[in-house]
Amino acid sequence: MLEAESIHILREVAAEFARPVILYSAGKDSSVLLRLAQKAFYPAKPPFPLLHVDTTYQFPETAGFRDRTRAELELDLIVHIPREAREEGVDPFRLGTQKCCALLKTKALLDALSQGGFDAAVGGGRREEEKSRAKERVYSLRDLKGRWDPRNQRPEPWNLFNGRIEKGESIRVFPLSNWTELDVWQYVHQENIAVAPLYFAKEREMLVRGDLLIPAEHSPPLVPGEKPRKVMCRMRSLGCTYCTGAIRSTASTAPEIIEELRSLRRSERENRVSDHGQEGSMELRKREGYF
Amino acid sequence: MEPELLRFTTAGSIDGGKSTLIGRLLHDSGAVPEDQLESARKASRGGLDLAFLTDGLGAEREQGLTIDVAYRYFSTPRRKFIIADAPGHEQYMRNMATGASTAELAVMVLDAREGVRPQTRRHAHIAWLFGIRRMVAAVNKMDLAGYRREVFDEIRREFGRVAEKLEGMEVHFIPVSALEGDNIVRRSERMPWFEGGSLLEYLETVPAGGFARMPALRLPVQCVIRASDGFQGYAGQIASGSVRPGEEVMVLPSGQATRVRSICAYDGGLERAFAPMPVTLCLQDPIDIGRGDMLADPARPPLAARQWRATLLWMSETPLALHHPYLLKHTSRLVCAGVTRLVSKLDIQTLEQREDAGLRLNETGTVEIETHRPLFCDLYGQNRATGSFILIDPVSNQTLAAGMIAGVGEGRGGAGQPGLTVWFTGLSAAGKTTLNHAVRERLWAMGHKVESLDADAVRQHLCRGLGFSKQDRDENIRRIGFAAELLTKKGVIALVSAISPYRAVRDEVRANIGDFVEVYVNAPLEACEQRDVKGLYKKARAGQLSGFTGIDDPYEPPLNPELECRTDRETVAESVEKVLRCLEPRLR
Repeated sequence: MLEAESIHILREVAAEFARPVILYSAGKDSSVLLRLAQKAFYPAKPPFPLLHVDTTYQFPETAGFRDRTRAELELDLIVHIPREAREEGVDPFRLGTQKCCALLKTKALLDALSQGGFDAAVGGGRREEEKSRAKERVYSLRDLKGRWDPRNQRPEPWNLFNGRIEKGESIRVFPLSNWTELDVWQYVHQENIAVAPLYFAKEREMLVRGDLLIPAEHSPPLVPGEKPRKVMCRMRSLGCTYCTGAIRSTASTAPEIIEELRSLRRSERENRVSDHGQEGSMELRKREGYF
Repeated sequence: MEPELLRFTTAGSIDGGKSTLIGRLLHDSGAVPEDQLESARKASRGGLDLAFLTDGLGAEREQGLTIDVAYRYFSTPRRKFIIADAPGHEQYMRNMATGASTAELAVMVLDAREGVRPQTRRHAHIAWLFGIRRMVAAVNKMDLAGYRREVFDEIRREFGRVAEKLEGMEVHFIPVSALEGDNIVRRSERMPWFEGGSLLEYLETVPAGGFARMPALRLPVQCVIRASDGFQGYAGQIASGSVRPGEEVMVLPSGQATRVRSICAYDGGLERAFAPMPVTLCLQDPIDIGRGDMLADPARPPLAARQWRATLLWMSETPLALHHPYLLKHTSRLVCAGVTRLVSKLDIQTLEQREDAGLRLNETGTVEIETHRPLFCDLYGQNRATGSFILIDPVSNQTLAAGMIAGVGEGRGGAGQPGLTVWFTGLSAAGKTTLNHAVRERLWAMGHKVESLDADAVRQHLCRGLGFSKQDRDENIRRIGFAAELLTKKGVIALVSAISPYRAVRDEVRANIGDFVEVYVNAPLEACEQRDVKGLYKKARAGQLSGFTGIDDPYEPPLNPELECRTDRETVAESVEKVLRCLEPRLR
């Protein structure tokens, strides 16, 4: 059911837009999206390139997995690095995660989309992830500056999508809208899809701050007396290292993760430091052009 | 085995407690993560406002009302659920309709103190209009009504009267308190007089897939897939029915028939595919097929027309403008369209149709629509996927309306296609009727209004009693010609098959009608005599029939026919193509 719906959406995008692109984060949702695109256009290759915004604060494993996937599937993948912002010294430790995210992700994404002249950007966002995403359309209209206006969304009855846009406007497309985290993992397992190793439990260097586990990569500033410790853990959702909290877990295979999710009572993005600024911070970032 | 999926939507008047009810359902079934509970608790002004679990937008939290549809997901060991939590405010009814369009069931939330409100009626009607035939009426806030049975029974009667008018709607009533959690997930002990199960028990056990899906194949083509090895396949999601390799399919709009060679899939070829699977089909014949075309069951093809009767829910602040150029998206087909007439409009208060000018935001009405190119539709009641469409404003790009096909439109002379008479003349058994019917199917599939007049059939009624003398034969042709002329004037393509042996009367009919195409269906006498499907030549040779054309009565071939089909040398398919090519410029 969910697979059918997503493939239908991907084919609509391929047929209705001049220059669509898949936003590829190397995360689990991206991996699923990629498989769905392979299925949708088989035996031809997916008729759109992939775009990865590399903030340079990501896990080395993320880039490694991305590069292996690119080589294995012979993907047309564009890597966009927000060099200007990096040269200006934007980092999450000094600027704070909200501003960092605005510059390294949101602005970088908008720049990459406009440089590439993309009129549709397909992402792996799911409505279940966050409550402002719960209100997102499958085809989500963005204005010239990539902004989302939640009060002015096009009604979207049945599976009839309105992809008409003016020059400069674009559509964000969410083929996985109706998938849950559990659906994603069940599909990963069922289809034997490769996902980044960060999702599987392993001993990793972490800063332990109360319930939060912050990865030690990219040397986040330490509180006095703090030292990274080895913790058996895994990531549920991938972002930049500093904003990606891990969870304590021993689940090291897809079936184990499925078992774990069935009993977990915390939400998927809880450990994403960047989502916590204030109630509704995701909506604010989305309005500005975040995915 | 994957648990079954049930999609449902909420409905009901503002402040009835829809978001609270969904919040309670999620909360008590353990579907709300603890951190979300904490953040909802923080946002609530004291205690925990369950509505904050679903109202996701800043403006919604500020105003305490739901603006947009929020989709929620949860599962129990028995079932998976997708909930469209729809807004109750009048202003956002289009969003409620959006929620209803993909739902199999609606949970109608009624306030025990208020009973049926105007918005309750509207939502019930919209849910019904969008094809929902199963509803749970949750009589909420029973805690504020002392959990009294009389209150529940009264609302049950009151809403029962509303539902009665919605043909085929099944309603199941449950008294609940979303705030206190009565009868939401667990049965309430505070209402021992109610013997039924909780809302969740009902949702877990009600049959899923509660709307009609016809068995006939419909596959709207989304895109053509080509690969380097010369592979060519047609990709789309099966809207209804099923398909196997080797089966015959009809290609619309051309009406051509071909067979499925294979069903191509990432995991290998498939032996059978069915709705709602996305597939890529390879076909046996190289036919020109593109996005917006449809593959269908040739025995049960969809309706094909350019004039439609449809029900619209208007979704835009800009009201309906008759004859304004709109875009219409139906399956994967995008065509230019205009609304030619507002037939009637629904009075939301009385739920009765009335005549009225204009259709504004959140209003529903029945209209006549004309499209520039034909559409291939089923009635919405029979097939949601091929019976639905949206209207788009080509200037503002707004989605203006959601539409549901109610039937083929009446059309009006002059507005639609030009009429035409196609006259198939030739010896008995030359293949006139075969060609006539084959051409009719194709034209019909292309969306034309078309009628066959067959001389043998006409002799049963219009020309009963006429014989085969020259005089009677001419009279026969004049009568058929007159009927064809009327049809032609009304914008119909009249396909006449008649031996019509005499040149003079054929020319007379041609002069009267004007838009006339003569097709000489030519096969030599020997070939016709050999076929002799009806055994008439044999009888004539035996002297049992007299005045039989070709034997003892002359056939005067047309001197300048628009087209000649040598049916002894061409296949039926070749002749059909020739006729269609000849007609094409006249049908534009």
